[in-house]
Amino acid sequence: MTDQTAGQDMIAADGMPLKKSLAKSLQREKMRALMLIAPLLIFVLITFIFPIGSMLFRSVENSIVQDTLPKTVVALQDWDELSGELPDEAVFTAFVEDFIIAVENKEHTRIGSRLNYEVSGMSSLFRKSARKVKKWDPVQDAPFRDKLIDVDKDWGDPATWSIIKTHSVKYTNGYFLNAIDMQRTAEGAQAQPEDKQILIKLFIRTVKMSLIITGMCILLGYPVAWILANLPNRSANMLMILVLLPFWTSLLVRTSAWKVMLQNQGVINDTLVWLGLVSNDARLEIINNQFGTITAMTHILLPFMILPMYSVMQTIPPSYLRAAKSLGATNWTAFWRVYFPQSIPGIGAGSILVFILAIGYYITPEIVGGTDGVFISNRIAYHISSSLNWGLAAALGAILLAVVLVLYWAYDKIVGIDNVKLG
Amino acid sequence: MALDNSRDAFVQFNRVQKSYDGETLVVKDLNLDIPKGEFLTMLGPSGSGKTTCLMMLAGFETATHGDIMLDGVSINNIPPHKRGIGMVFQNYALFPHMTIAENLSFPLEVRKMGKSEREEKVKRALDMVEMGAFGGRRPAQLSGGQQQRVALARALVFEPELVLMDEPLGALDKQLREKMQFEITDLAHRLGITVVYVTHDQTEALTMSDRVAVFNDGRIQQIAPPDALYEEPENSFVAQFIGENNTLEGVVKEISNGRALVQLDSGDLIDCKPINVSEPGQRTRVSIRPERVEFHKDRLSPDAHLLKATVKEFIYMGDIFRTRLSVAGNDDFIIKSRNAPDQVRLQPGQEIEIGWLADDCRALDA
Repeated sequence: MTDQTAGQDMIAADGMPLKKSLAKSLQREKMRALMLIAPLLIFVLITFIFPIGSMLFRSVENSIVQDTLPKTVVALQDWDELSGELPDEAVFTAFVEDFIIAVENKEHTRIGSRLNYEVSGMSSLFRKSARKVKKWDPVQDAPFRDKLIDVDKDWGDPATWSIIKTHSVKYTNGYFLNAIDMQRTAEGAQAQPEDKQILIKLFIRTVKMSLIITGMCILLGYPVAWILANLPNRSANMLMILVLLPFWTSLLVRTSAWKVMLQNQGVINDTLVWLGLVSNDARLEIINNQFGTITAMTHILLPFMILPMYSVMQTIPPSYLRAAKSLGATNWTAFWRVYFPQSIPGIGAGSILVFILAIGYYITPEIVGGTDGVFISNRIAYHISSSLNWGLAAALGAILLAVVLVLYWAYDKIVGIDNVKLG
Repeated sequence: MALDNSRDAFVQFNRVQKSYDGETLVVKDLNLDIPKGEFLTMLGPSGSGKTTCLMMLAGFETATHGDIMLDGVSINNIPPHKRGIGMVFQNYALFPHMTIAENLSFPLEVRKMGKSEREEKVKRALDMVEMGAFGGRRPAQLSGGQQQRVALARALVFEPELVLMDEPLGALDKQLREKMQFEITDLAHRLGITVVYVTHDQTEALTMSDRVAVFNDGRIQQIAPPDALYEEPENSFVAQFIGENNTLEGVVKEISNGRALVQLDSGDLIDCKPINVSEPGQRTRVSIRPERVEFHKDRLSPDAHLLKATVKEFIYMGDIFRTRLSVAGNDDFIIKSRNAPDQVRLQPGQEIEIGWLADDCRALDA
């Protein structure tokens, strides 16, 4: 050991500064740890972060107009879409030139569907025009203005050109505006016509129903978790199997079972009619509405509430309740003042779990939700698989993600996320 | 040893039985009277029923049969929160989500006491255990010993006349435990409260209690003040359980004038005090404390029966010497001698003769 004076760097045995030597040895350990988790890291990157990132990117990405109609976009820049007049011949010429190439590359249908998201009819306009325009020669057949209007009178409508210009930017906020029932127009962001405003309503309904479902799960799950945590091990295991049983059944089967239970001619209605509580011609409407969704989803998500509650309650020693009683508290006071506050972390964990699962739920609302029991995710699924408006689907998804994050943040502020315990 | 006059008993167990499964009795026919102001310890190995008795007294378990009386009133059907009994738990059971002051205030709040009165009592109770400066802290911020004091203060703050303690010092280290033993007894006597204390630590039981009830197999084996318990065990379980003890087995040859002549299994004869043997021919287990065994030739009485012994091991323990001997077929016969200037240090292999006063050698049940 060498004698060190204060302020001087400590030297390791091999003469290197101690700090450097320590960092080096720690780095080796860190690298080794990193190597161990590398497969998982790569897996998560490839299957989770990258797809989500690319999906979120789609909500603003809009290069298709620029890429397919490059000359038209440039030519349209000089045109004032608010003048109410048609663009000049240069724009028409540029458009025909672009369009011929697009038709050759079979890209005209794609841009047609893209613009069709904004105004219906654009897709058929592009398709119809393509059949004529592909026979034209960009030099000999000019001018095109009247010819194009002859093909379809919509080309003589300044609104058509306005749409192309408005949506020609490379990154657009159009999808997000659509997602909150607004639209991108020449005059800036405007509200959608009232008959098309459904998404905000769906968002509010999704959050509201998720909150109701979370609340129902707390009410139903708390006593079950309490019993589980206080039974002797053997009986607790039996009950635990009952709690977990739904996990081992397909989600689709469970939801379909609810359909059998709840429908008009279903088990519950039949029983009520048989008991005479409900007359045969006034059977209860308990499916294909919000009631159906809330009932089925509460049942399906209940284990996610019970399990964290149970694991937190298990860690609360029974001596606390005994102590409270020995100090003079009635059963209720002992529970409310001593047991309940300590079980809050479990309620918090279960609520976050259930709420986040509920807000993005898809299958159950789809099957038992009818029209007024569906969630925003059903709309997202519709845009992904039916309307193929992935940009809007991505924007809706991004908003959903933001809502969850905001609620998570709010929870952290109010309750504190370190209060959440899963065991 | 139970008090004859049951009117003097503050706490009374009257033929109490307890069974959890309906097949075996955990507590068998328990009779116990505790006068006001007594510090009574229930001592016994785990599973002996002592904690069950405490829980029945606190009201967390119901007696299967028999009456438990508190101040002359049967409390069998009174729920725990109406019994007004203070209790200190093994793990302290301080409420983790409340501060120390809130913990102490809790029993006063549920008694609907006014705020100023509450604050005053909490302060007084905390000062009593020298924890006055810690009212604003959470239990997790305190050391084990501090939590112990707070638990004690909480059990006393609503001024109960009876306080139960369930192995309250089990989690503390040795030094702290000894300090707390003294503080608890001091506090109990100062306040004049009745304490029922459960432990499996015999040193704790002996140093703290007015009387100790030794439990085994669901019964009280002996209930007596500490000195009587140690020096005059009434059966071989108590003799074995309390303190260190040497046993030799044999058969009673004759009993006369308060003396029993016992022939050990090795053939040797010794004089004993008959405790629970009554006639010749009975098998007996003879009990003798290690510090009552004499091996100095000049101090041995010449007419007493002596036994030959071989020194097996000599252990230096500082204040005492602990020597292991082989006596009459027993290889674990221990003797203890004080570390004094004239004390003899026995060498392994040495052959000696040992003896004792007949009164110190108790012939118990086999």
